[in-house]
Amino acid sequence: MKKVINNGNKLKGDILEKYPTKVARKRSKSFVVNDPDNPPEIQANVRTVPGILTQRGCCYAGCKGVVLGPTRDIINLTHGPIGCGFYSWLTRRNQTRTGPEDDNYMTYCFSTDMQDENIVFGGEKKLRQAIQEAYDLFHPKAIAIFSTCPVGLIGDDVHAISREMKEKLGINVFGFSCEGYKGVSQSAGHHIANNQIFKHVVGQNNEEVEGKFKINLLGEYNIGGDSFVIENLLERCGITLVSTYSGNSTIDQFEQSHMADLNCIMCHRSINYVADMMETKFGIPWIKVNFIGADATAKSLRKIAQYFDDKKLMAKVEKVIEEEMVAVEQTIKEVKPRLEGKKVMLFVGGSRAHHYQYLFSEVGMVTVAAGYEFAHRDDYEGRKVLPYIKVDADSRNIEELTVEPDPERYRPRKTEEELKQLEKKGFTLRDYEGMIPEMESGSLVIDDISQYETEVLIEKYKPAVFCAGIKEKYIIQKMGVPLKQLHSYDYGGPFAGFIGAINFFKDIDRMVNTRVWALVKAPWSEEGVEDNCLIDADYVSEVA
Amino acid sequence: MLLRHTSEKIQERKALTINPAKTCQPIGAMYAALGIHGCMPHSHGSQGCCSYHRSTLTRHYKEPVMSGTSSFTEGASVFGGQANLVQAIDNLFTIYDPQVIAVHTTCLSETIGDDIPQIVSKAKDSGKVPEGKHVIHCNTPSYVGSHVTGYANMVKAMVTYFAQNSGDKNETINLICGWVEPSDMREIKRLSQMLNTQIILFPDTSNVLDAPQTGKLQFYPKGGTTVDQLTKAGDSKYSIGLGKFSTEDAAKEMDSRCGVPFSVLDVPIGLSATDRFIMEMAKVTGNKIPDEITDERGRLVDMITDMQQYLYGKRVALWGDPDTIIPLTEFLVDLEMKPVYIVSGTPGKYFEKRITEIAGDRVEGLKVKGGSCADMFLMHQWIKNEPVDLLIGNTYGKYIARDEDIPLLRMGFPIMDRVGHSCFPRVGYNGSMRILEGILGCLMDRLDRDAPEESFELVM
Ligand code: SF4
Ligand code: SF4
Repeated sequence: MKKVINNGNKLKGDILEKYPTKVARKRSKSFVVNDPDNPPEIQANVRTVPGILTQRGCCYAGCKGVVLGPTRDIINLTHGPIGCGFYSWLTRRNQTRTGPEDDNYMTYCFSTDMQDENIVFGGEKKLRQAIQEAYDLFHPKAIAIFSTCPVGLIGDDVHAISREMKEKLGINVFGFSCEGYKGVSQSAGHHIANNQIFKHVVGQNNEEVEGKFKINLLGEYNIGGDSFVIENLLERCGITLVSTYSGNSTIDQFEQSHMADLNCIMCHRSINYVADMMETKFGIPWIKVNFIGADATAKSLRKIAQYFDDKKLMAKVEKVIEEEMVAVEQTIKEVKPRLEGKKVMLFVGGSRAHHYQYLFSEVGMVTVAAGYEFAHRDDYEGRKVLPYIKVDADSRNIEELTVEPDPERYRPRKTEEELKQLEKKGFTLRDYEGMIPEMESGSLVIDDISQYETEVLIEKYKPAVFCAGIKEKYIIQKMGVPLKQLHSYDYGGPFAGFIGAINFFKDIDRMVNTRVWALVKAPWSEEGVEDNCLIDADYVSEVA
Repeated sequence: MLLRHTSEKIQERKALTINPAKTCQPIGAMYAALGIHGCMPHSHGSQGCCSYHRSTLTRHYKEPVMSGTSSFTEGASVFGGQANLVQAIDNLFTIYDPQVIAVHTTCLSETIGDDIPQIVSKAKDSGKVPEGKHVIHCNTPSYVGSHVTGYANMVKAMVTYFAQNSGDKNETINLICGWVEPSDMREIKRLSQMLNTQIILFPDTSNVLDAPQTGKLQFYPKGGTTVDQLTKAGDSKYSIGLGKFSTEDAAKEMDSRCGVPFSVLDVPIGLSATDRFIMEMAKVTGNKIPDEITDERGRLVDMITDMQQYLYGKRVALWGDPDTIIPLTEFLVDLEMKPVYIVSGTPGKYFEKRITEIAGDRVEGLKVKGGSCADMFLMHQWIKNEPVDLLIGNTYGKYIARDEDIPLLRMGFPIMDRVGHSCFPRVGYNGSMRILEGILGCLMDRLDRDAPEESFELVM
């Protein structure tokens, strides 16, 4: 493997020097130079240092914004002052496709808009009333309640109220204690969302789902229509998608999702909990998949086919891949000469910074630095480190459900023997290798990167493109480097599957090679005005 | 239908807000703080609020928005955020070297009752605040008021912390600016210059939130009111607050601290409000109003007279912030349009009273609501019962516009799906011409679209 960066350690030292000693010591452990032969240990999922300008959001954002947000027919009611509900209103681009008669509440923002007196005297009465009003107006199938910071502090019991209202209204009402200050990032919210969905929704409907090869797709949120692309591919292969967690999803699908035979995880960070719990309770194994990148998509489809071990399915999968690859290869041929060898940095999410490296590598671009906003060590180093992760106070406060096999519904999908056979063939179940092993030697891996660190990296490496989110977008672009938003895709996409790869390559080609960067400097800023701006005298006389 | 569940039947709500016409205090404080030169806003709470506020401001302005956060976790929420804030102040000054750190609270730190001045003085005592640098603060609990209140609180803090009366009064006029766009602030400065008036405008986000692309990141862009100007504002002759909700507190504070008399006007949006602004400026300075300004006014009136037939009697629904909706309503009434439905989530009786005064007997069937449950859902229900010809408000209105097939003029906060709002002013006579251009563009596009072929007009 070639070394992409030789002076990583020096750079790290230079950056840390600026920090007060204690901060430097702490940041030092979250900033590692990669050596794939001897993978470094990274510090992750620890508190952000106050005042360093972080990319991170909060627990509520992870719970309501990420996991529950994309479910169209649950009324998501934010219990708190107005802001939290307002900011999570339609801003994650979760697309959904419904019939004209179907329920769709994603365009609405529901809040209890807590006022002073609710903080002083408690907000339970207002919450109860708000649930009633929502029910009277909409008669939804389910109402989910999300707690914000002050709710936890004043001690409103959203779970008791949910139970009470569930009883009274006869629909599913459930609450989430996802106050913003829980945990150290969005990650806590993902976990809380997983727990509550598992407790209150999964397994509520035991009706059989038709189909020979039944899977759930976990950790895919249908940003920019990604799920639509994947749904289409699966359908063409003859694979039945029982439920997606949670892009383009409905509560009915969640309720029946335990009828699937395999769980496929896209975003490991946000959803691995539900996969584990479903395996223990219902006997559904899980595998890590990735539909970002054409090769990755092909691999993932093959992996699913291999799991079901069915010749016809395998043939169908191969046919779909063959059909799709024609256009992909053509696009790669076209753009690769313009992109090859260019440098990329990705600091985003809790899986995307890994997945998108595949796309870049398909057109020959090199990832020189990457990191996550809210990952844990296993997202970097792989699940093999799970037993060694120290659980600190902030994580300990997040409930761990104890799950047991369901006495009636537990049904192992494969015999021990079948599983062994699969593993013998190199098939990996229940595993995720993490990002670090797949990154080049000498590349930088940085968890919870700060604004200052970002700035220095850009100055030193002048990457061709930087991937992050909206808060970083214009900061980076002011430095003359195009930024690709990988949360909202800059309102483009889809980027999943084969067609998504094509979209992405074209986008990156445009961003990297656009003429506008050459226009940034005014022509008179370097050379004299006369040379540049005056029309040539001969030309003038000619025209005259 | 994107809002397929919105029904015609209006049922009274007491507890549930649906599709709010306001957001929370800290975002306003953050925006105002960016109008101080060399200022780093700081959000004292858990980092989610800060992330949301930065994202929303960034989407609206399409510019870098920096802000620190105290990054509370559960521990800080129980034991208080002192350690976090002290560390944040240390880090911000060490790493980012601002002139001013402007701290605002969030629901969280408000509920636990952190005492910011006490924490800041602790930081000072332990040497975390370098010589000549400042930490200011305001309280912004989101369960009171709205983003407009947060803005007002931070503007007031600018006065509280900086303004000084040296005893040496001068002829300068303080213009305390309500929540408008950077382009509007620039326009207000231009008008003042035409009026030959020395002003201190604060806050001033021009050249901060519309900074040029140079290929170099300017961590603190060249714009913003300087600390020096804010200090000297206490020696000014007079203060004019533009927008009661967002500036009255600051103007009063300036008066009581430094003895600067004041008046509070509407934000100069539309003909009448701009007239009042120009006259007030002339009155307090004794300067003559130059012909150029009279000409600008004349051009606006000319456009109105030319286009009266398209405006007369058109029904409009609007939502947003009281300080901008009040003069906008007045402008619409001046245009003989009918602003029939008006909501603002920002509480305050003055809003409904003022709108009713302006529009009451000139707009039949006026429905206006401010504060609790005054939301876009309610406004949409009113529209379902009797439609309007035009919507004016922020980006969130596009769903109603599409469902009900009504043109939308984007004005207000946030606008996340168009550009221009931060670049081209909508205050003053020129700005009002731009509003009018926008309104006419919407209405005439609509006429063109709906016209049968035989009456499709070339000249309008
Ligand atoms: S917790 Fe409060 S301050 Fe923070 S976003 Fe929510 S409403 Fe705003
Ligand atoms: S990829 Fe990232 S942004 Fe997306 S859901 Fe996972 S953790 Fe969140």
